[in-house]
Amino acid sequence: MAMTMAEKILAKASGNKELEAGEIIMANIDVAMTHDLTGPLSVESFEKIGIKKVWDPEKIVIIFDHQVPADSIDAANNHMIMRKFVEEQGIQNFYDMREGVCHQVLPEKGHVVPGEVVVGTDSHTCTHGALGAFATGIGSTDMAMVFATGKLWFKVPETIKFDITGKLQDNVFAKDVILNIIGKIGADGATYKACEFGGETTRNMTISDRMVLCNMAIEMGGKTGLVEPDQKTIHYLNGRSTKPYEIMKTDKNAQSLETIHININELEPQIACPHNVDNVKPISEVEGTHIDQVFLGSCTNGRLSDLRTAANIIKGKDISKNVRMLVIPASREVYSKAMEEGLLKTFVDSGALVCNPCCGPCLGGHIGLVGPGEVSLSTSNRNFKGRQGSSDAEVYLSSAAVAASSAVKGKITDPRSN
Amino acid sequence: MKGKVWKFGDDVDTDIIIPGRYLVLRDEKELAACVMEGCDPEFSKKVNKGDIIVAGKNFGCGSSREHAPIAIKGAGISAVVAESFARIFYRNSINIGLPLIEAKKISGHIFEGDIVEINMDKGILKDLDTAEEFEIKPLPDFMLRIMKEGGLINYLKNHLAEIKEE
Repeated sequence: MAMTMAEKILAKASGNKELEAGEIIMANIDVAMTHDLTGPLSVESFEKIGIKKVWDPEKIVIIFDHQVPADSIDAANNHMIMRKFVEEQGIQNFYDMREGVCHQVLPEKGHVVPGEVVVGTDSHTCTHGALGAFATGIGSTDMAMVFATGKLWFKVPETIKFDITGKLQDNVFAKDVILNIIGKIGADGATYKACEFGGETTRNMTISDRMVLCNMAIEMGGKTGLVEPDQKTIHYLNGRSTKPYEIMKTDKNAQSLETIHININELEPQIACPHNVDNVKPISEVEGTHIDQVFLGSCTNGRLSDLRTAANIIKGKDISKNVRMLVIPASREVYSKAMEEGLLKTFVDSGALVCNPCCGPCLGGHIGLVGPGEVSLSTSNRNFKGRQGSSDAEVYLSSAAVAASSAVKGKITDPRSN
Repeated sequence: MKGKVWKFGDDVDTDIIIPGRYLVLRDEKELAACVMEGCDPEFSKKVNKGDIIVAGKNFGCGSSREHAPIAIKGAGISAVVAESFARIFYRNSINIGLPLIEAKKISGHIFEGDIVEINMDKGILKDLDTAEEFEIKPLPDFMLRIMKEGGLINYLKNHLAEIKEE
């Protein structure tokens, strides 16, 4: 029977030979990830079930990223709850506040391989489909069930395949592609669907770029993002993971498959305007918009390639006096390499503030919040009302290139005009 | 189930329901004191036990934070009625025993302050002020079982052995 990649992975995980979209199955979980902010609720729920030990401590990964270092006694207390859980359960895959954003650290440390089922108590867990895993965000009570049983139920999703063709213009990036797709599909256009990204443009993209696409699948309601693994995937895994893996691919004639063709030859930089991620406009329509703060970072665009792109634009220039810029590398590895390459010096010399690897202002619950009436331009993934602080602030989303050129000019600026 | 309606629009996201700065909290009552603060800082003071939220499409989009349905439930809301729900929010709500009702074409037909009655068994939602009736999309059997047993934790307590063997 012809199946999609999502169906094949879930079939394997549930001990079925064949599966069809719409079926409800119980899947064995390969990786269960939680972090400092949603972890404590997961632990609390797990304890309510009344069993002492988790099903398999080796398959649990705990990463602190949302409030690191702790900015309040409540945050410190949450960290303590998680450290105690790690200790009690003998969890080895524990990354305390020094490593960075969970969706960067999880693949970097080799926890994600093709063909596995990855769940995380964070909606952007869909990022990991970039390596060909079925990866999805779940809540804390669902995670408690995984902790207790190693299993979770899923409704097998239908698949939308985005067949992306064409060559990106200079200073146009994967972020512009995914914002353009979300603008077209809408915030609920892919609800409960697996969003598979394919076509020559996707194949030509780096793993980092593919992560950008998959990361934002949730912003159109997607259950997961997926990219068919190839030599680039295998190259990425080498030296990071020793786990065995199985590469699964979507059959062309799979029943539950809908294909959407997108050509990006003419695509210009895209901006998601307040207060919805699907409120996407080409940069020509918002150029010149006033900004107060620029945030370069997050699980969407805080990778080395983003820092390189931004540093290249900023080098030798000053950040506008009217703007404050935060640069937050997504992980310790990214931070260290950015330091070696002199990128961090470029940012610091230009007047940007470089912070430790963490989620930063993205969640609006830690550092770098914006006040009433202020405008943030951010490389992260959400611009909901109040997302980065005050409910009376505005958040625009863009690529790292737009963020950098805008920081220099002090207003939203097309990086192609530099 | 019968209650007074609080009306919201489309795409009510989890940052509106419970802003990120409150995610350090875990207590139901503490979370409830900040519920819907993103669009109405006074909401938690106005809402009464048994009231019902009625919204448009894609309610609960965004984060996986279970704090969102916990805050709504903690505020005494007896059910959320919407034209559609985002999937993680949907699972989280059922898991903690917050009833979600999916019904089409309610947006321009049910108004703030109306009294609505929900009959789960008959699959009917009725606006008692306008006497208009709406069909409820039934929950899948599996979710209905979780709901009826009072949420996923209770369900797990009752069925742990069989799930492990499955």
